[in-house]
Order: sequence, then structure tokens, then C-alpha cells
Amino acid sequence: MTTTTLAFLVPLLPFLGAAAGLLLGRTAPGFVRPLAVLPTLASLVLAVLVAVRQGGGQAIDSHTELTPTGSVPIELGLHIDGFAALVAVLVGVVATCVQIYSTGYLHDDPRYPSYAALVSLFTSAMLLVVYSGDLMVLLVGWEVMGICSYFLVGHYWETPEARAASLKAFLVTKLGDVPFLIGLFALATDAGSFRITRVLGTVASGGLHHPTVVALLLLAGVAGKSALFPLHTWLPDAMAGPTPVSALIHAATMVAAGIYFVARLLPVFQASAAAMVVLAVMAGVTMVGSGLAALAQDDIKRVLAYSTIGQLGYMAGALAVGDRGAAVFHLLAHGAFKALLFLAAGVIIHASGTNSLAVMSRMKDLRTRVPDAFWTMTVALLALAAIPPFSGFFSKEAVLGAAEHVAAGHTEHAPGAAGWIVLVTGLVTAVLTAAYATRLWLLAFRGHGAEAPDHGRQPVVMTSVLWVLAIPSLAFGLAFGPLPDWFDGRDLTPVLTTSVLGTGLALVGGIVTYGAWRHTTALAARVPLGAVAAHPDADAGQVEAEAIATHEPAFGDVAQAPDPADPGRLLLGPLHRHAAVGFHLDTVYSVLFVRPVQAGATLVRFLDREVVDTYVRGAGALPRWLGTAVRRAQTGNVQTYVSALLAGTVVLVVAALLVATGA
Amino acid sequence: MHLAYPAVLAALLFCTGLYGVLARRNAILVLMSVELMLNAVNLNLVAFDVWLSRAARDTLHSGQALTLFTIAIAAAEIGIGLAIVLAVYRNRGTSDIDKLRDTAEGHGPDDPDAPAAEKAEATA
Amino acid sequence: MTFAAATAASMAARAATTVAAGQHGFLSPTGVEIAFLLVGLLTFGAAVVTVTTKQLVHAALWLVVALGGLAVEYLLLTAEFIAWVQVLIYVGSVVVLLLFGLMLTKAPIGRSPDADSGNRWAALTVAVASAGALVWVVVDAFRTTWVDLGGAPAGSTEVTGASLFQNWVLPFEALSVLLLAALVGAIVLSRKAKADTAAGGTKATAPRVPGSRDGEQDKEGVR
Repeated sequence: MTTTTLAFLVPLLPFLGAAAGLLLGRTAPGFVRPLAVLPTLASLVLAVLVAVRQGGGQAIDSHTELTPTGSVPIELGLHIDGFAALVAVLVGVVATCVQIYSTGYLHDDPRYPSYAALVSLFTSAMLLVVYSGDLMVLLVGWEVMGICSYFLVGHYWETPEARAASLKAFLVTKLGDVPFLIGLFALATDAGSFRITRVLGTVASGGLHHPTVVALLLLAGVAGKSALFPLHTWLPDAMAGPTPVSALIHAATMVAAGIYFVARLLPVFQASAAAMVVLAVMAGVTMVGSGLAALAQDDIKRVLAYSTIGQLGYMAGALAVGDRGAAVFHLLAHGAFKALLFLAAGVIIHASGTNSLAVMSRMKDLRTRVPDAFWTMTVALLALAAIPPFSGFFSKEAVLGAAEHVAAGHTEHAPGAAGWIVLVTGLVTAVLTAAYATRLWLLAFRGHGAEAPDHGRQPVVMTSVLWVLAIPSLAFGLAFGPLPDWFDGRDLTPVLTTSVLGTGLALVGGIVTYGAWRHTTALAARVPLGAVAAHPDADAGQVEAEAIATHEPAFGDVAQAPDPADPGRLLLGPLHRHAAVGFHLDTVYSVLFVRPVQAGATLVRFLDREVVDTYVRGAGALPRWLGTAVRRAQTGNVQTYVSALLAGTVVLVVAALLVATGA
Repeated sequence: MHLAYPAVLAALLFCTGLYGVLARRNAILVLMSVELMLNAVNLNLVAFDVWLSRAARDTLHSGQALTLFTIAIAAAEIGIGLAIVLAVYRNRGTSDIDKLRDTAEGHGPDDPDAPAAEKAEATA
Repeated sequence: MTFAAATAASMAARAATTVAAGQHGFLSPTGVEIAFLLVGLLTFGAAVVTVTTKQLVHAALWLVVALGGLAVEYLLLTAEFIAWVQVLIYVGSVVVLLLFGLMLTKAPIGRSPDADSGNRWAALTVAVASAGALVWVVVDAFRTTWVDLGGAPAGSTEVTGASLFQNWVLPFEALSVLLLAALVGAIVLSRKAKADTAAGGTKATAPRVPGSRDGEQDKEGVR
């Protein structure tokens, strides 16, 4: 088979798996698990094959026009360069791990067949986005991901949190997609084609008429999908979904799509210095804000969600300084360790019966209950905090190095202001990242108090996946040597200045947090807290659903718990209150958008019911009266009808005669 | 002879038949009135044929031929009409026209048990 | 419009025949005209009685008078073949058919007070109005038209036969098909009703099971 055929099969296999899963889910439950895992696994193998054959060399470009559209043609095309090949491998690895993990995690879930099919469809859509050489086809995958995220985040739709979160995720991403679509059209109109190679060719020859407008419109869609600053609010709430879905969304699909899209069309953004600065500001605000918010969260998954937003800020920052190699390098490294973090968090939630860090900190020996999760999560947290030699260190240093390069005056790719913004906020975020990673680890695994509930041994399918993902979290960073061959050829080796600076700051963050924890942990015994859903027999999914549902009744909020023993509370001081609710951004949105829309809806309803309907009813009344009158004539007596008919005829004839004779 | 005499007589007979069609209750009497109307038309046809065959040298005698056709059609009509009246009478027990009000507004079927075929026949 | 056209045509005809018709006034009728008028009055009277009488059988008999009077009018118009056909078919068969119809529908013998429907006054209005309009138009159009009844009869059997079988053969044959269709139709309409009633009868008798009959017998026995 040619590489092109293999590449077409990569997104097609999970799609077929999803279709078969949806069709057979009820009739043949025995086939559901193989149908979920095998197509994804096969597509991973094929993606690896494609990557090996592509080998970072010349981009594979193949396209066919399906049907003439009259104006700008839409083509089914592939464009596989080093970025696409490697991101596809990442998507395949994470999706396969998630599918295998889900067989254990949602073992007894009655909706598992549809869940697995939707995860397959999600994977397929992401692979389509990655491989597509045509912007319209890319948009199809982009939107399919949106609808899949809606269904998957709302998997526990019995809980109001999940319903609200799924709606929010859908609406916020769609809010970004509208300008995104307009931006795509503007881009394609200037280029005369939706094909990425043609678009980039147009940009290179300066054929783009309004680069700033186009870039900003596209950025809105990217911000919605990749959860960058103004449109990031859906991501923490999306934690109401099952943990494997969170892993999939955060590590490989959905949020990665936005970064990948910018990386692919980076020349378009580079054509406008304003867009690059805007991107840098968005990245900076996203990084620092999410770091502070993560320190204040109580839900273990919400901490991870804010950490995802922060890491996406790093990637966006790398793009803002014009280094897409560093961005995708961080995307790949982050994909591995973030998937691992989420899957391990799922194991921990299952074992402890709660998703609240405050409750976990009052549990003894959680780490001996789940040794696999403990060790792998330690690795992943070290990678997240960018401690050498874990993978996160190398990828983050690549980002910081690129920013430093631009800030130092090499501004041929990006404006210098962007370099400074990214560099400073990146270093601040390094402190915060280390701080919340340390806090998470200390609260989860170094608790004191009652024995953790015994949920038995974790399923092998869940724990083995963790070790598989631990390998790239540990060692992928060493790929900084060969990776430039796959990317633009820019060097990804850590720079000494930023390495020392970044690692030092990370260590400072970690040590300060440890000190704070030592100070506050004595309080833990005095303030008992607890809401534990102990179901030794239930599968992990049900435990998690109950944990999410009980968090708000127990602590009064989905995001925080009134726990004085929390080191984050001490570190943030008066800021804690604001950080826990995401700096009131939801409230601002509610005041700015939701309430005006609701007020407008009320007004429209009033106008429709009381004003428009009055006219409608009035217009209907006269014909109704006439109809009632005419109905009386319908006696059913044929003779009456004929009499009326003939009388009319006579009148007409006489009238005609009078007219004809001129009388 | 003045043509006005047969023409006026035909008009009067036609209107008499018209009155009968509209006013009579029994379906057979309505049929009789229809015969009167047809005959009024026949009288017109014959009178005009005689006039035209003399005045305009019409050699086709179309008026008389049409009269014969009308008589034949009237005979067929009376046969079919009576058959229908009989069928209605068998189904409904009456041949009064103003009791057959199936087309009235808001009129439900009198007898829900009656087969649909008979109903269609009765209203035909 | 038809009447208007006829009026216009008659205007032209009147201009041509004014000279001839001028000699024949309405106040100096010929013998044929007097005979026509008298028979016409009788016919009209019989027709009026037919549509107003309260005795249904009498209506049919008065219809015979009216149709017979029309046959005489045909004779006076020298259309003798039509006249005999009229007597044969209308007086002979149609009226007999109508009488059979009355008999089969169990029409009451003697005066029936509800022979006219409630639509009577509307019918009268329409009839008088149309009569007025028609008479006005007809008189206005044909008051001077003169029909010359002398010479060879216009409707003798020979003339009618020649015309019918020379010029009107195809319609004549088509008419025979129509009559056949009417015949078949009349038979089907009557027979089907009979078949249905027969089927209904068997249906009514079919559900009688011995048990129920025994029950009835028991009841009778108790009585």
C-alpha cells in the first residue's frame, strides 16, 4: 500500500469503528469492546507507519476534487509533513490508551457502547484535522470534535453539573467557531483555494489583503477550541465528564487542534505583527491566570484542567514568538504526561472515592493503595513542573529559549514585544506550575487521618496503561536532538540561561509550597472534612459520577472547599477567593452576555406573546366569523345548493344581457 | 307561424321543470321535472330546425337529429336515475331528497355500521 | 353571452325578414297558430299541475298529458316522426318506468302533504325569475321571425331517416353504445344492492349458534 492509502485509512478506521459500534451496541454487546479498541489500535499502527515512511522529509501532498462547487473548490486532500505525522502518532497513542483504560473504567456503565463509539468518532475527527490538506475538510473534523465533546462531557447527564458543562463547552467553542468560519472564508477568497499549500503560497507571495483581520478571526476560533484566555472557561467545567474523556480532550484532541491549526498556518499569523502580539498577550494572561487558579482548586481534575490551560498558554506563547517546532514539541510532550495525569487521577478518584483534595489530604496511605498511580503520577507531575530530565523540561525550555531568542533581538520571525511577554510570563508560570504540582502531590499522597477506603485492586487495563504513558513522560524529552529534522529545522536544545532560570524558579515554587504545606498540615486534623462515595463493587465511572455530584452539596462549590489546611490558601492569601472561581470571569460573562441575552429573550417573548399574537389572533377572528356564517349555508340539501347556483346564473345572465344591449 | 310561440312555450315549460326540480321532495318527482326540462329543449330544437330548414336552406336537419339523440339520452338517464333512486331507497328506506344530507357541515355518518360501499353508492 | 349573441344574430335575421314578417301580426293569428296556442296552454297547464300536485301518481299521469301535448305540438310543426317517437318513448315507456319507480319506492297513494320540500319559495323565486328573463329575451329576439309551414313537411319519416343515416350515422352508432352502457349500468346498480342485501341476510342468520337458540327456547319454556 502506498503511504497515501495508509494515511487515508488512519482517520477512516476509527470512524468505521464508531459507526459499527453505534449500530451493534445494543444487538451485539460482545463486539463493543473489540470494536472500540481494535480500530484505534490499528490506526495507531498505521499512523506510526506513515510517520516512519514520511520520515520528516518532503511533505506528502495528495488531493482529489470531489465535486465542482462553482467558486472556491473544496478538495479531499492530505498534507502530511513532520508535524502532521508526529501529532497523528500522539493522537493514536493517547486514544488507544484511553480506549483500553475505558474498558476498565466504565466496565459496568450501561451507556458504554455509545461512549466508546463517540470516543472513536472523536479520535477520527482529530486525525482528520491533523492529516487534512484542505481547510474545509479540516473544519468538518473541527466541528465533529465540538459535537463529540458535547456528548462526552455530558456523559453523566443525570447530574446537573454535567448537563450545564456540556452545554457550556458546546456554546463557548461555537462562539469562537463563527469568527473562525468567517476567517477561513476570507482566507480562501484571497487565496482562491481552501488547500493549505496554496494558502501558504499566497501568504508567501504577499497576496493576503487583510492579514490582521483574518488572523484575529482565526484566533477567536483557536481560543475557543484550545481554551485560551477569553474563551477558556468551558475547560474547567468540562471536568464533569468521565476522566478518560478529560484525558482525551486535554492531551491529544480538541485543545491540541487549535494549537496545531495555528502551527500549520503560522505564516498567516506572522504576516500580521498585531496578531502575534495579541496571541502573546493571550498566552501570557492564560498562563499566569490559570497557574493562580490551579493553586486554589479543590477538585483534583480541575487542578489538572487549569494546568492544561497553562501548558496551552506555553504552546500559544511559542507560536507567538514564531517557533512552531517548540510549540509542537511541547504539544507532544504535554500530550503524553497530561494523559497520564488524568488517567492516574481517575485511578486515585476510584480508590479514594472522592475528587476533593481536601478529603484526600485527610486519608492515610492512599499511595500504598494505588502504587501504580502514585509512581506514574509522580513522574508526570515532575514532567509538568519541568524538572530535568523529564520530558516537560526539554519542551518547556524549547519554548522559553525561543522566547529569549526573540527578546534578545532576533525579531525576523516575531515582534520583540511578544518575546518579552512570553519570556516573563513563562518564567512566572514556571514558579506557579511547580507550586500547584507540589500541592497536588502533597495533598493527594501525603495525607494524615483515617484509612483510605478499600476498593480492591485496580483493574490491570487501567494500571498498565499508566506505565505505557510513563515512558514518554520520562524519556520523550531526549528527542530534542532528532526532532528538528521533522520540523522546521530550528534547534530545540535547551539554552543555558533559561534552563537555569526556569529550573531554579520551579524548585523555588516547589520548596515554598512544601514549606507552606508543613505549616498548614497540622490544621488538617482539627478540621474534619469528608464526603466519600464508597462503593467497593462499583466501577470507577460510577464512583466518579457520585463524587462529582456530591462535591457541591458537601462543600458548597464545585471548585473549592473551605479547608484551612490547604497550602494554596496560605500562598495566595487574599487572592485565593478570586482564584478559586477563575477570577470571576464566569460572573463577568454572565453579566455581560448571559443576562442581556436572557433579558432580550424575555422581551422577545413578551413582544411575541402579547403584541404579535394579538395581531395574529385578530387576523384570524374575521375569517373565523365569516367561516361560521358560511358554514350555516352548508345544509347538505342538494336542492338548496342548486337553487343558489341557478339564482346566481340568472342574475349573471340578466346582467350580461343588460350590458350587451347597452341598457 | 311565429317562432315566438314555440320558443315562449319552451321557456315556460323549462322553468316549470326547473321549479319542480328545486321544489319537489320525492326523487322520482324530481326525475319527472327533469323530463319536462328536457322536453322543453326538444321543442326548441324542433321549432328552430323547421325554421332554419326553410329560411336558411339547412339540409342537415341537425335539430331533429339532436332531438332524437336527446330522447335516447333521456331514456338512458331515466333508467339510470331510477336505478339509483331504488338503491338509495333500499339503503336508506326513503327517497326524499332533503333527507340525504351526508354532505352537510359537521354531519357525521348516520349509521357507522353501514358498509362503505353502500354509502358510496347512496351518495353517487 | 350566448343570449346576447343570439340577440345580435336575430337582429340581423330580423332585418332580412322584416318585409316577410311584416304581413303577419300577432293580432291576426292563423289557424295553426290558434291550435298551437290552445294545445300549448293545455301542455303548460298539465306541466304546472305535474310539478305542484300533492298526489304522486297523479303527477305521473299529468306528465302523460304534458308530453302528449308536446307530441301534438311537434305534429303542428310538421315534425311527424319526432312526434311519434315522442309518443312511443315518453308516453309509452318513460312514464311507465316512472310509475314502476313510484311503486317500488312505496310512494303513498292519495294526497301526501309533504310532496314539496321547504325549498319551495326559493324554487318559485328562481323559476319565475328565470322564466321572466327567458321569455323577455326570446320575445325580444324572435317576435318578428316567421316560420313558413307550407310546402313539404320538414320532419317526415323519409326526410328524417335520410338525414339521420346520411349525415348522422357515426353519432347514431355512438349513441347505441351509450344506451348499452346505460343498460348495463342500470342492471349493475340494481343487482348489486340485491346481492348486498342477500349477503346481509346470510350474515344475519350465520351467527346463530345452537346454544343461543337453546337459551331462547329455555326462556320460552319458562314463560
